[in-house]
Amino acid sequence: MEPSKEALKSYFEMMVLIRKFEERCAQIYGMGKIGGFCHLYIGQEAVVVGMQSVIEPIDSVITSYRDHGHMLACGMDSGGVLAELMGRSTGYSKGKGGSMHMFSREKKFYGGHGIVGAQVSLGTGLAFAHKYTQDGGVCLAYMGDGAAHQGQVYESFNMAALWKLPVVYIIENNEYSMGTSVARCSATANLSTRGESYGIPGEQVDGMDILAIIAAGKRAVERARAGEGPILLEMKTYRYRGHSMSDPAKYRSKEEVDDVKNTKDPIEKVRALLLKQGVSEKDLEEIEDKVKAEVLKAVEFSENSPEPDEAELWTDILVGESA
Amino acid sequence: MRTITVREALREAMREEMIRDKNVFLMGEEVAQYQGAYKISQGLWEEFGDKRVIDTPITEHGFAGLGVGAGFGGLRPIVEFMTFNFSMQAIDQIINSAAKTLYMSGGQMGCPIVFRGPNGAASRVGAQHSQCYASWYAHVPGLKVVSPYNANDAKGLLKAAIRDPNPVIFLENEIMYGQSFEISEEEDFVLPIGQAEVIQEGSDVTIVAFSIMVGKALEAAKILKEQNIHAEVINLRTIRPLDTATILKSLAKTNRLITVEEGWPFAGVGSEIASVVMEHGFDDLDAPVLRVTAKDVPLPYAANLERLALPQVDDIINAVKTLIIGG
Repeated sequence: MEPSKEALKSYFEMMVLIRKFEERCAQIYGMGKIGGFCHLYIGQEAVVVGMQSVIEPIDSVITSYRDHGHMLACGMDSGGVLAELMGRSTGYSKGKGGSMHMFSREKKFYGGHGIVGAQVSLGTGLAFAHKYTQDGGVCLAYMGDGAAHQGQVYESFNMAALWKLPVVYIIENNEYSMGTSVARCSATANLSTRGESYGIPGEQVDGMDILAIIAAGKRAVERARAGEGPILLEMKTYRYRGHSMSDPAKYRSKEEVDDVKNTKDPIEKVRALLLKQGVSEKDLEEIEDKVKAEVLKAVEFSENSPEPDEAELWTDILVGESA
Repeated sequence: MRTITVREALREAMREEMIRDKNVFLMGEEVAQYQGAYKISQGLWEEFGDKRVIDTPITEHGFAGLGVGAGFGGLRPIVEFMTFNFSMQAIDQIINSAAKTLYMSGGQMGCPIVFRGPNGAASRVGAQHSQCYASWYAHVPGLKVVSPYNANDAKGLLKAAIRDPNPVIFLENEIMYGQSFEISEEEDFVLPIGQAEVIQEGSDVTIVAFSIMVGKALEAAKILKEQNIHAEVINLRTIRPLDTATILKSLAKTNRLITVEEGWPFAGVGSEIASVVMEHGFDDLDAPVLRVTAKDVPLPYAANLERLALPQVDDIINAVKTLIIGG
């Protein structure tokens, strides 16, 4: 079933928000106001927006360090995310986590993890907790194509399949793990088969097409929720920017990037769908203006927020105790 | 007073806490149907069933991470390592995920989890199965590190560890599992983490030890007493947070201190205690702190070499005499 016009509009809005937010992050990073590593999600927006649309509030989400898009899609406040990126006290981690380490228990977003593949075991544990407490929840555990080579991913696959845990593993295959293409580091090109040894069904999905993502996502989440065990979705997507802000991406040609941008852009795809359904250019412009205003507000909020109090250095080391 | 083994004490602690809190569960290799590689969990699978006593595949990195995720998800996992030597496979999840996430999340994501199992040398199992991890884990902010000596410690501290809202590394000792001790009859007996015990009073020298080395220190103290040297023995119980107050108070009385541990000397627990004592108890020291540790070598297999490599009662006596009489 195709999503309604209103639903499609809301996806468009979220995808544009993620893109504008990330573009602004790049700009602010260039000004030196965001430090450290900063991994942008531009190009991959359809994946999280599509998957988020097929889950329930009880479900949990966990991902790697390329996490800004996931947080916004989970409904976390753009001001709180940007403030964290800028190391401010009003950030989701009070300025102590940064781009790669942000969380919201309220929105069931469990990070934001900096070690490639670690979030897959952690997400399997979240699924274990869903099953143990019988709360009916499912965990979406995202990873990149690079993480798909980590040993603990397969240790997790085995346990998830053995114990029929309600987890959907999502490989966001953006074709490059940092500067290494899938062809150069993977013995097999089709990553959706990586669960086969454990009896985990897999599916390749056009990760630039939100309708395909929603359709596959629905099937996967329903299966996991029904107690049939884990399932693997390989989202074939692409990142427009470098691995992180410090990566000039010289391992691929400008033509390759431009070709994806010009022919497969996930936002343009949704825009075309909406226009076809009779939504006017003006309506879409209004959405874009609304998003721009939100991003501006987030910037203003973050810039006006103070750095963390020096006393924060010594808090949150142990629950219930200060060092 | 009731007398039980350390093994039984650990089992009672887990059983009582599993009865008390339905979110407490035990997972690890051979913990359920096999009844535990060292029989610590004997009977628990029959009592609590598949849901709460879970045999894992041999997959330490994976099940440690799964346990931490379950902790984030609101459960209270007890993760058993068949020995702590295998926790090196999982150390990334223990440090990067369990220990650091509370801080990195600005206080949102606590992880109540216990990693437990035998630590240090057993008997002639060679270098890869005989390492002491006390100083490794004690290095890390965000972890608590506990190491019981007797049955009382084992029960009271494990119950405290399971109730603690933070990740706790619980370092047991295989050789101690079968040893019997009197245990408190107090109902719901819990010992506070972070408090050391003066297990023997004395006036001439302080011996600080933990786990199996407390027993060696007590033996040494007994022999020294016959020679009119009165050693005070501190059973650390917790490595991190270190009970510096108890150590410094004892030092103020004896003015001499040695540390005993089964780990290596470099950056060991003894090194930390020596630093603390130098920084905060310098004026109380009549002699330099001495460390009795394992020799700085991988643990050998041959019986005679193993004995040489590990701290023995004689080593402790010699260290004390060096301090008191001079080398």
